[in-house]
Amino acid sequence: MYLSTIGRQASSAAGPEGPGRRGRWKAVGGNVLALGTVSLVTDVSAEMVTAVLPLYLVVGLGLSPAAYGLLDGLNTGATALLRIVGGYVADRISRRKAVAAVGYGLSALTKLALPAAGGSATPIALVLAADRAGKGLRTAPRDALITLSAPPHALGRAFGVHRAMDSVGAFAGPLAALAVLALAGQSFDAVFVTSFSVAALGVVILLLFVRDHRAPRPPAGSVSVKAVGGLLRTAPVRRLVGAACLLGFATIGDGFVYLLLQRREDLSVGWFPLLAVGTSLAYLVLAAPLGALADRIGRVPVMLGGYAALVLVYVLLDGPLHGTPLLVAVLGLYGLFYAATEGVLMALAGPVLPERLRTTGIALVQSGQALAYLGSSALFGVAWQLWGSGTAVLVAAAIAVAAALATVLLLGLDKEGTGTSS
Amino acid sequence: MNGSNETSGTSRRTRILVTAIAAVLLAALATTAVVRARAASGDTGTGAPTAAADPAEFDGRKPAAGPRLRVLSNGLLSTLSLADPTGPRTVTEQRCDRAYTAGGTTACLTPTGALSGPRLLVLDENHRTRRTVPLTGLPNRTRVSADGRMIAWTLFVGGDSYAGGGFSTRTGILDTRTGRLVTSLEEFAVYKQGRRYRAADINVWGVTFAADDNRFYATVSSAGVRSLVEGDFAAGTLRTLADNVECPSLSPDGRRIAFKQAVDADPAKGWRLAVLDLATLRRTELSETRNVDDQAAWLDDRTVAYALQRGDGTNDVWTAAADGTGRPRMLVPGANSPSVLPPA
Repeated sequence: MYLSTIGRQASSAAGPEGPGRRGRWKAVGGNVLALGTVSLVTDVSAEMVTAVLPLYLVVGLGLSPAAYGLLDGLNTGATALLRIVGGYVADRISRRKAVAAVGYGLSALTKLALPAAGGSATPIALVLAADRAGKGLRTAPRDALITLSAPPHALGRAFGVHRAMDSVGAFAGPLAALAVLALAGQSFDAVFVTSFSVAALGVVILLLFVRDHRAPRPPAGSVSVKAVGGLLRTAPVRRLVGAACLLGFATIGDGFVYLLLQRREDLSVGWFPLLAVGTSLAYLVLAAPLGALADRIGRVPVMLGGYAALVLVYVLLDGPLHGTPLLVAVLGLYGLFYAATEGVLMALAGPVLPERLRTTGIALVQSGQALAYLGSSALFGVAWQLWGSGTAVLVAAAIAVAAALATVLLLGLDKEGTGTSS
Repeated sequence: MNGSNETSGTSRRTRILVTAIAAVLLAALATTAVVRARAASGDTGTGAPTAAADPAEFDGRKPAAGPRLRVLSNGLLSTLSLADPTGPRTVTEQRCDRAYTAGGTTACLTPTGALSGPRLLVLDENHRTRRTVPLTGLPNRTRVSADGRMIAWTLFVGGDSYAGGGFSTRTGILDTRTGRLVTSLEEFAVYKQGRRYRAADINVWGVTFAADDNRFYATVSSAGVRSLVEGDFAAGTLRTLADNVECPSLSPDGRRIAFKQAVDADPAKGWRLAVLDLATLRRTELSETRNVDDQAAWLDDRTVAYALQRGDGTNDVWTAAADGTGRPRMLVPGANSPSVLPPA
C-alpha cells in the first residue's frame, strides 16, 4: 500500500541508503540545523517567560494557585486544538514554512503584549492563549519539514539533533531569565522585552535560512477533512496515535514532578526554574545519541527505555534517596525519558504518514499525546488529593509500566516499529 | 541546491548580514529595557531590605509617653504612641509582609521576591537580626509569645493544592531559647474528640501562644472543617476544641480567644470577628460587621485590634471592644500587623 512507498526524500546531500558512520550524521542536513537554530533561539525566549510566569502571576499579580492551574489547563487545550488546525492548513496550502512563521511570529508578539495586559486575569489569559496558539501552529509544520529534510533512515538522528538544539534553548532560557531579573532590579517587564527580542531573532532566522518544501500544490480533494478521516482509518496511523496517547497518559507533567521534588526536599521557590534546567541538560546531552541509537537498534526499543526511565522517576519520588543524589537521579532520568520518547515518536511517525498529509498527521499524533497528558495530569491531581502523593506516584508508575507493554503490543519490536500490516 | 529552495534568491552573505543587523537592533532593544528597569528600581528605593536601620523621626512632634504600638506602615516596621496613634511614627527601613513584637522580640516575615524566598527575621529590641530562617511561600501570619521566647509563622504555599481549588498553608514554630525549629506543624499528631486523626489534606495556620511557652492555639483544617486546636509543643500534639474557629488570638489573661468566624461556616461568605470564652466555649460576636481576614491582636484585656483592607488594597488598623459592645473605631490609618509595646 502507499504508506510503504513514501519514505524517500532527496532533499539533503546524503547518498542512497547505507552510508558510512559520518555520512549518517551528514544526512541530517543543513535545513534541520537551520530549523534547530530557530527552535534553539525561540526556546530561549519561551523558557525565559515560562520560568518566571508562575512567579509573575502568583507573586507579582497575586493570582491564586487554582486560577493559575486553570490557565495552564486551558492553554494546553488551546495548543492541542490549534495544532491540528495549523497542520491541516499547512498541508492544504502546502506552505509549511509560512504557517510555522505565523506561529513563531504570533508567539513573539505575545511577549510584548504580556506586560501591556496589566494585572487582570482575563487579558493575561488571552495573551497566554495566543502564545500557546502560536506554539500549536508552528510545531506540526516544523516537524513535518524535518521529516521532509532528512531521509527516513536518518530520521531518528534528525529529530535527535533538532531536539538537542531545542533543549539547549530550554536550558539557557531560565538562566537568561534569572540573569535579566538580577540585572534589571527584579523587573518582570525587562524579562518580557528581552524574551521578545530573542523570539524576533528566531523569526528572522526562520525566514532567511529555512528552506520550505513546496511540492506542487496537492491535487484538489487530496487534502480534505475526508482524507484526514481516511488517514485515521489506516491501521499504522491509528496505532501510532494510540501509542502517542499512551505516552501522554503515562506522564503526570513536569509541574507535578518538580512540585513533588520541591515538597520532598523543601526547596525554596527560587529553585523551581532550575529543576527544569536540570532536565533540559540531560535531554540535550542525550537526545542526539538516543536518536542515533533508535536509527540503529529500532525506535520502539529506545522508547521502552524511555518508559523504564519514567517508571524509575516515579518510584524515586516516593523512594529512599534524598538530597542531591535524588535531584540528580530524578532530573537525569526525566531528561532521559524525554530524549528517548519525544523525538523518537516523531521519527516513528514520519515514514508512516503520506507526504501530502504529513503535517496534519504529525499534529494528530502530538495532539493525541497532549490531550491524554491533560487528562492524566488532572487525574493525578485528584489522586494526590485522595490518596496522598506517595500512593499517587506508585499508581502512576504502574500505569507507565502498563503503557509500555501496550506500546509493544501496538507497534511491535521490529525495526520500523510501525506494525507489520501492509 | 534544489528547486524548492525558496530562499535561493538572496545570497548567503546578504542573509547573514540582515540577520546580524536584526540581532544588533534587537539586542539594543533588550538592553534598553534592562537598563531602564534597573534605573526605575533604584529610584523607588525598593532594593534589598536592610536588616537594621536607624529610626527616623517623622515630623517635629515629640512622641507621647506611655505604651506604644508596633505596626507596619507601607510595609516598613514602625512604632507610634498608643495614646496618639495618628501622631508621629518612628519608621525603620526594615521591610516586612507581617510582623509582631512581644517581650522584646520582633518576628518579621520579609516579602517574597522574584528571586528570593521570604525569610523569618528574629529581631531584638535594637532591631538587630538574631536569627534568620529561610521560608517558602507567601507570608500570612506571625506571632511571638508574651515573653518573646516562642515565634510562630504561617505562609501560603503555592501549588500545594493544584486540583482542589483551595489553598495550602505551612506553619512553623521556633523556640529561640532552645533553638528547636519545627518547620511544619503538619508533623504534629492531630486528635479529634480525643481520637487520633489522620488525613492528607491537613492544613495548620494562625498560632497564638499561652503563657507557659509550651501550649499554643491554632487552626487545623481538614475535609472542609476548620477547628480550633490546643497544641503542645513538647508533646507534638494538636487537640481540637471547637469548630469554625480561625486565626485564634489568646487574650492577655489567657481566658479568651479572639478569632475570625466564617459566616454560616462558609469561608466563601467572609468572616466576622468573635471572642470565645475557653471555659464555657461561649461565643460573643464583636461589633465589627465587615469582613475581617486577619489574626486579631489584643491591646489589653478589653480591646482587640485588627487590620481591615480598603478598596485600594491598603490597610487600616481598627479596634473593637472584646465584649461585643460599642462600635469599631479606626486606630491607625495606613497600617497593619499591630502589636503593643511597653513604654519606651
